[in-house]
Amino acid sequence: MPRIVFAYLIRRVIGAVLMLVIVSMVVFGIFFGIPKLAGQSNDQLAASFVGKAPTAEAIAQTKHRLNLDKPIWVQYGKWVKGVVVGQEFNNGPSTEHCSSPCFGYSFKNNQAVLPQLEDRAPATLSLAAGAAVIWLISGVSVGVLSALKRGSIWDRAAMIIALGGVSLPIYFTGLVALALFSYKLGLVPGGGSYVPFSQNPGTWFQSLILPWITLAFLYAATYARLTRAGMLETLGEDYIRTARAKGLPERTVITKHALRSTLTPILTIFGMDLGLLLGGAVLTEHTFGIAGLGQLSIDGITGNDLPVVLGVTLVAALFIVVANLIVDLLYAVIDPRVRLG
Amino acid sequence: MKKIRPLAAVAAGLVATTGLAACGGGSGSTSDKGAGYNAAVDKVINTSDKKGGTLRFAISDDFDSPDPGNTYYAWSQNFARLYGRGLLTFKPTAGPDSNTVIPDLAQGPGQTPDNGKTWTYKLRSGVKFDDGTPVTSKDVKYAVERSNFTDELQLGPKYFKAYLQDNSTPYRGPYKDKSPEGLKSIETPDDTTITFKLSKPFAEFDYLVAMAQTMPVPAAKDTGLKYEQKMVSSGPYKVDSYERGKSMILSRNPNWDQSTDPIRKALPDRIELQLKQSGDDIDNRLLAGSLDMDAAGVGVQAGTQGKLLTDPAKKANTDNPLQGYLRFASLNLHVAPLDNVHCRRAVQYATDKVAMQSAYGGPLAGGDIATTILPPGTVGYTKFDKYPQTYKQGGGLDDQTIAKAKGELQQCGKPNGFKTKISARSDRPKEVAMAQAMQQGLKAAGIETEIVQYPAGDYFNKYVGAPEFVHKNGVGIMLMAWSADWPTGYGFLSQILDGRAIKPSGGNNLPEENNPAINKAFDEAIGNTDKDARAKVYGQIDQMAMDDAVDIPIIYAKALLYRPPNVTNVGITSGYGGQYDYLNMGVKK
Repeated sequence: MPRIVFAYLIRRVIGAVLMLVIVSMVVFGIFFGIPKLAGQSNDQLAASFVGKAPTAEAIAQTKHRLNLDKPIWVQYGKWVKGVVVGQEFNNGPSTEHCSSPCFGYSFKNNQAVLPQLEDRAPATLSLAAGAAVIWLISGVSVGVLSALKRGSIWDRAAMIIALGGVSLPIYFTGLVALALFSYKLGLVPGGGSYVPFSQNPGTWFQSLILPWITLAFLYAATYARLTRAGMLETLGEDYIRTARAKGLPERTVITKHALRSTLTPILTIFGMDLGLLLGGAVLTEHTFGIAGLGQLSIDGITGNDLPVVLGVTLVAALFIVVANLIVDLLYAVIDPRVRLG
Repeated sequence: MKKIRPLAAVAAGLVATTGLAACGGGSGSTSDKGAGYNAAVDKVINTSDKKGGTLRFAISDDFDSPDPGNTYYAWSQNFARLYGRGLLTFKPTAGPDSNTVIPDLAQGPGQTPDNGKTWTYKLRSGVKFDDGTPVTSKDVKYAVERSNFTDELQLGPKYFKAYLQDNSTPYRGPYKDKSPEGLKSIETPDDTTITFKLSKPFAEFDYLVAMAQTMPVPAAKDTGLKYEQKMVSSGPYKVDSYERGKSMILSRNPNWDQSTDPIRKALPDRIELQLKQSGDDIDNRLLAGSLDMDAAGVGVQAGTQGKLLTDPAKKANTDNPLQGYLRFASLNLHVAPLDNVHCRRAVQYATDKVAMQSAYGGPLAGGDIATTILPPGTVGYTKFDKYPQTYKQGGGLDDQTIAKAKGELQQCGKPNGFKTKISARSDRPKEVAMAQAMQQGLKAAGIETEIVQYPAGDYFNKYVGAPEFVHKNGVGIMLMAWSADWPTGYGFLSQILDGRAIKPSGGNNLPEENNPAINKAFDEAIGNTDKDARAKVYGQIDQMAMDDAVDIPIIYAKALLYRPPNVTNVGITSGYGGQYDYLNMGVKK
């Protein structure tokens, strides 16, 4: 690896770590600060981890157990310490050690956060990666074809469908798709059928077909429209005319000159979208009953579960950073004008 | 997730209207003729002793905890009986009898030689945990101690802690207090006898021991907050796996002996519970036959209701039971002018309950118009109507009822009405809609109101359950809902009408009712071991509270439930708030 590339990577990694530290501080601040602005006390926060009609004693015990009786900077310090050197967790009859990096224990289910993230990540990864392949291929293909056949029935039909894809939310298309393809036609398994790849690859694949297509439908629509617009703009450029004038075959003009240039912004957006999705495809996971990071984040947010919210947010941020880094590196491959060094 | 509900309902509605779902495809989809609308409300239907198959549950939520010692949810306690046996449990039947408690791990109901201050239970012999070790009374004592006295397990009720005698040095639970005798007021003279000594007579103790907290836990296997991951079963099924937010799988407990358990049929070979599933998808799967039961037991989604009710075949597989809840408005006795009983009675007459019922979802999804605080099905319920209302043809209270309200206003010294505030939970749109309907209705009598909204999470802890806040902010009318932890008048009323339940915050006695006659009646009732006499007193307490006009009953909550024809032994239990009883469910195929 050239030295300059290595230095570039090091700079990006340091930047990513700094960003994650800032994200963790912001999440901590939001979690405690915003509710306080609305008048919520730590007693009320603790009460959400106690049963119905809790006594003052139960609230006080819970507040103490979760460290909510300590100032916010002390809590943050304890959390950071857990990440760096690990922490102890009292189960009641025994104490267990959570090794570094320990992202704390869920306020709600008392399980270490990191194993939960590791447990949920494969489902989200399976969902996002499969859908990404579909939407990238189909979206770009449809966009290119629409641009080449601009104004045709094909173009109009494709763009109307794309508009539908962009407009219809997942929980609408997902439910309709489930009802039609699963419960009526019986072509694919229904909601809640996801199993990990390691458990049964066949069922894993079958259970993800509908979520992949539903999720890809939403994104493919956007990519088709972006590709079409980019291609139309590029095809009007002077260098395309020059390429054609040189007598290059149309296929070469389209694929090597026009498409290559169009793909640069598409790739940027793809990196962002994929990074975001890897942090949790919330609606798709909810609609299809897939226990991924998105569902975990929703549970964390609705349950006032700070350690889980922090964990998922950091993972999501990490994915976005990594995805962006990969995209930046890929620029050099796609666009000859961009070279590192 | 709440935000997506309306659009999800539209999607479900589209699915429903286009007839996409429920046409087949699932393994259990059948054209079986249903047993009839509301058939399972009063009796167990599809009765069967056929063993085998897999019973498939799903729910849109998760357990608070599946640990029997750390759960409060009604469905969770209903479900826990598949893998645990408490001393007593609710009778697995339907109708009024389903709120009676019968022996489970115990041989018989509690014996009390001193009018409810000491309770002794004899355990059945031969009961074993799933690891083959015998269940003893010490395991029950330990279960009660850990669930009520530890700092860690805080999700379940704490009634044992409230009613049992404490040690001379306050007992701190088995995790901190390692002394062999533990809580001295629970005695286990031998392996099959357990005696509870209370600080005062409590005639309904049998209901307390019917809670999941008496399901035995062997001390050596207790892992505290982690116990839910590896529970030891005493019921007919053992827990093969429980994954938070994903699923729970049960299979037969090889050490469960039918001869020790006369109330369970243990029909399915395997029970699956999927957690955190989409509510709309659960409905679709139930209709398609690829799922057997929604474990939540709170009714189908809004988009599914129309579909079920417009198709006679599907309607024949539905039930619309009472859920044991009352939705009501409390009138605070310290916020003028509602400190005057006549002003409160004026509000009683001028409240348009029908409009509020419609706002909450109508008779099917909302419930029946209520006239009493105790809902039907609760021990002690007595039907009466202190403030009868009549309505105009096109809706709204008629002139006669409004005249009654104005008459009360006259006596209150506010002939032209008054102003006050109505509170509702901001994140419960149906409750806010109820407040708006109430506001409109009260206008007709000259009572002007301002609606104030507070978040549900802090509703009782910070706002309406904190008297100081209520007085300072003049919140005269507070909307809320209430259900009992056990289905008797004491279980339902004591927290919302007993003056000693008023707390600086987090209380549920929102009107701050502190009527000495009511307080005395509670004490006399709970110290009386005559069940019928107690029931009579509960009805009287209800009438006294309505005389005081402190609460306006709006609706007895109901829900529309769907039971797939594939499921056997289906009946609504009022012991667990109007859900289906899961104890003896099976599947046809």
